[in-house]
Amino acid sequence: MIVSYFPGCTLKTKAQDLDMYARKCAEVLGVTLEEIDNWQCCGGVFTTVNNDAVTKLSSVRALDFARSKTQPLVSVCSACHNVLKQTNHAVQTDKAFADKVNLYMGNESPYDGSTQVYHYLEMLRDLVGFDAIKEKVVNPLKGKKIAAYYGCLLLRPSGVMQMDDPENPQIFEDLIRALGAEPVIYAMRNECCGGYVTMESPEFAAKKSKAITDNAASFGADMIVTACPLCKYNLEKNGNSVPVVYFTELLAEALGVKEDTQNA
Amino acid sequence: MHNDNTRLTQEIIRASGVNPSKCMKCGKCSATCPAYDEMEYHPHQFVYMVESGDLEPLMNSKSLYKCLSCFACIDRCPRGVEPAKLVEAVRFAVIRQQGADHMTPDDVPAKLNEDIPQQAIVSAFRKYRK
Ligand code: SF4
Ligand code: SF4
Repeated sequence: MIVSYFPGCTLKTKAQDLDMYARKCAEVLGVTLEEIDNWQCCGGVFTTVNNDAVTKLSSVRALDFARSKTQPLVSVCSACHNVLKQTNHAVQTDKAFADKVNLYMGNESPYDGSTQVYHYLEMLRDLVGFDAIKEKVVNPLKGKKIAAYYGCLLLRPSGVMQMDDPENPQIFEDLIRALGAEPVIYAMRNECCGGYVTMESPEFAAKKSKAITDNAASFGADMIVTACPLCKYNLEKNGNSVPVVYFTELLAEALGVKEDTQNA
Repeated sequence: MHNDNTRLTQEIIRASGVNPSKCMKCGKCSATCPAYDEMEYHPHQFVYMVESGDLEPLMNSKSLYKCLSCFACIDRCPRGVEPAKLVEAVRFAVIRQQGADHMTPDDVPAKLNEDIPQQAIVSAFRKYRK
C-alpha cells in the first residue's frame, strides 16, 4: 500500500526520530510513505476564523496532491494532522472558502475535499490493523506500563477529527496492548499540555504539563507516549522523571527495527 | 462610534461562525478551560460580551493570548456554541490592525532554547501575529 505522507517542519528538525521510526515501521508493515512534493508547513494550529484563507493554503495543496495520486494523506505529528483534517473539513463545508482557495490555486479540477486524511495511528488501526501489527511484533513490551498522552489535537474538535471517543479514547491503548505492554488509563490523558503558550509564558505551560505527568505517574506509568513534538517538549521540560517517548519509537522497538535504525 | 462598534461586532460574529444566542450560560466552557486561572475574561464571558457588543474590554484583555486552542470548550459545550472561535475572532480583530502584533520575529530569539520545537514558533505566530 502506498500513501501520501506529510511530515511537517518539526519532523525534519527537532523531531527527526518521530519521522525516522514512522518510516521504518511503515516499511515493516507493508506501507510505503510517499513524501509529498514541495510540501509547506501547516502552520501548527488551525485558524478557526472563516476569513483567513491564506493560512490554510499549504494544507489544501497537500490534500490536493494526495488526491492527484488517489492516495490517502497520512501525517504523524498531531498538529499537522489536526490542521490538515480541519482544513479538509472546511473545504467540504464552506463553499466560499473552497471557491476562494481553488481560484487562487488555479487548478484545472478544483479540490473538492475528497482526500481521506489519516493520522498514522488511524492508519495503523484502519489500514494495517492492530491484529496484523501484533503478528509482526518480535519484541513484545512485556511488563511495561505505558500511559498514552492524547492531548488536544488528535481528538478535538471531535465532530471533525472523528478519531475516537474524545472523552474515552482507546486507539492509543489498543496499540499499546498490541505491542504487548499494559496501557495506563489516567484522567488527564486528553487535557492540554499548554501548547504554544510555552513561548511566552513557560510558567503557565509548566503548570499544565506538570499536572499531566504527575497524574500519569500516580497511576503507575513507567513511560508516557505521545505523537506530538510540542507535547513532548512541554511534558519533558516541566514534568517529573517519567520518560516521554514518541509512539513510533515504541512501535519500532516492538517491531525489532529500533537498533537497525540507529545503526543505519 | 456606536455604529462602528455594531459593525465590528457583526464582523466578529460572522468571521467566527458562532451564534452566541444559543448559549444557555451554564459555564461549562469556562469550567473546562485550562487557561481559566490566567484569564481575566473567560470563555462564557466572551460569548455574552460579544453578543452584547461589549468588545472594548475583550480587545484590550490579555485573555486573548492565553487561549491555548485546545478546543475543549468547543467539544464540551452542551449547546454547540464553540466559544474558542469567538476568542479567536476577537484576537484577529486586534492583531490584524497595523502594528498590533502580539509577537514579532524580533521577540523570538530571546524565547528560544536548544530543545524548543519549530512547531512552538510557527504555532505562536499563527495565534499572535498577522
Ligand atoms: S480553546 Fe481556549 S478558551 Fe477554549 S477551553 Fe481551550 S484554552 Fe480555554
Ligand atoms: S458551555 Fe456553551 S452553553 Fe454553556 S456557557 Fe459556555 S458557551 Fe454557553
